[in-house]
Amino acid sequence: MPQITYVHPNGTREVLDVPVGTSVMRGAILNGIDGIVAECGGEMMCATCHVYVEEDQLGRTPTQSDDEKAMLEFTASERRPNSRLSCQLVVTPELEGLVVYLPETQV
Amino acid sequence: MAVPLVAVVGTGQAGFQTAASLRQEGFAGRIILIGDEPVPPYQRPPLSKSYLARESGLDELWLRPESFYTQHQIEVLAGETVTAIDRADRRLRLASGGELSWDHLVLATGARFRPLAVPGAELDGVLPLRTLADTDILRERLDQAREIVVVGAGFIGLEFASVAIARGAAVHTIEVTQHPMGRVVSASISRFFTEAHRRWGAKVSLGTGVTQILGAGGRVTGVETTDARHLPADLVLICIGVIPNAELAREAGLAVDNGIVVDQHLATADPAILAIGDCANFPTPFAVGRVRLESVQNAVDQARGVAAHIAGKRAPYDKVPWFWSDQGDLKLQIAGITTGHDTAVLRGDPGDGRFSVFCFRAGRLIGVESVNQTADHVVARRLLASDPKLTPEQAGDESYDLRAHTRRLAAR
Repeated sequence: MPQITYVHPNGTREVLDVPVGTSVMRGAILNGIDGIVAECGGEMMCATCHVYVEEDQLGRTPTQSDDEKAMLEFTASERRPNSRLSCQLVVTPELEGLVVYLPETQV
Repeated sequence: MAVPLVAVVGTGQAGFQTAASLRQEGFAGRIILIGDEPVPPYQRPPLSKSYLARESGLDELWLRPESFYTQHQIEVLAGETVTAIDRADRRLRLASGGELSWDHLVLATGARFRPLAVPGAELDGVLPLRTLADTDILRERLDQAREIVVVGAGFIGLEFASVAIARGAAVHTIEVTQHPMGRVVSASISRFFTEAHRRWGAKVSLGTGVTQILGAGGRVTGVETTDARHLPADLVLICIGVIPNAELAREAGLAVDNGIVVDQHLATADPAILAIGDCANFPTPFAVGRVRLESVQNAVDQARGVAAHIAGKRAPYDKVPWFWSDQGDLKLQIAGITTGHDTAVLRGDPGDGRFSVFCFRAGRLIGVESVNQTADHVVARRLLASDPKLTPEQAGDESYDLRAHTRRLAAR
């Protein structure tokens, strides 16, 4: 099972085993990681599962859809080039070792 | 002084979010969530979408794992029913016999399935879709159902129909008005979705009601319509809307009028009792007068509002409403409330399957309905948060840059 690291704004790191086929968002919710809200449940309606992907790992992540790009305009924390909606990061073996940084706020 | 206690009646999205947001606000008192469904808080939208279609499972339905409630000291009484509110003594009476004192009471009681009052409605195979238990039954029945009649072409009915069509059943949707989803969308969106369902192979009969449901040996066999047709069916879904769960409030002497009547702070006439989500009737700047909305956005934003209110940060509730519906390969996204518009402007070409309808009342933009056009939806949510200053001509002109318009407003 690929390991995903979630880094809180204060620097605390939580490492989770997230099953292939599960999103980085769902992995956080199921393991009670605060900092991912996911109010729409992964429907790309809300932008409250915003994360910053470790810059040098961006190339390994799935391509951004136009809908995700549009919804990223709603992030409560600053949108950066490495901003993603974690509901769209479905875990594959290629994402082993992915590090995502949680923003200061999701709402 | 004893620690304050917030009792939340209802374990849907609004009840759950109230508890979660109270902790985020730093509320240190007790929080008790009480709900009559025997399961932890779950998301309702997938019940007529991915969960119904078996594309997602229970794990993805729970709003949080059970450990979340322990970790945040949120007490969940699942499978418990509140039978009365005692306002004088600030107590709740519970069906199990106990009583519960509260300092703040949040009514997030939701809404329930509205039954169809016709002969035969009690037959086996005539089913509602409102709760997880309802959808678990429908999932099983969909495996065998060959001929399905859907009574009521609202969001839920049409979402169910699109799942049933994809599973190979013959689906006939009947709607008593001329406009599917007509309570919430413009005529052009209504027509577009009606045609889409027909293209996918469903029959859609408008202006058609039910006189009786027919059966044999206790099982449904068909539906008799108001135009005297007999539609064969081995499954009939009834989805003609909901009834807000407002009885507790009414019996406690609080005003009820299409939901529990609250003010702009979501408080009832009793300032210690708040009401949110599907059960609440509230004033909004996004409509003429008062509304009651059934949506995730409304549940979540109102829950955040009352959590802040209880934590001492009082502000009128004024969040932009938004909604969505997934049907087949179409995603409908609505920003604002378009009911009562006098002008509807098309942006984009419905023939491409990607377009929006911008709805105006007295020259002001009041809402935008988008089909597979998230970019417009995002712009609309931004525009509606203040005075949109958008003209119908600008909305209809695809060369007019809406994002630049939004940026100019923000810069002002």
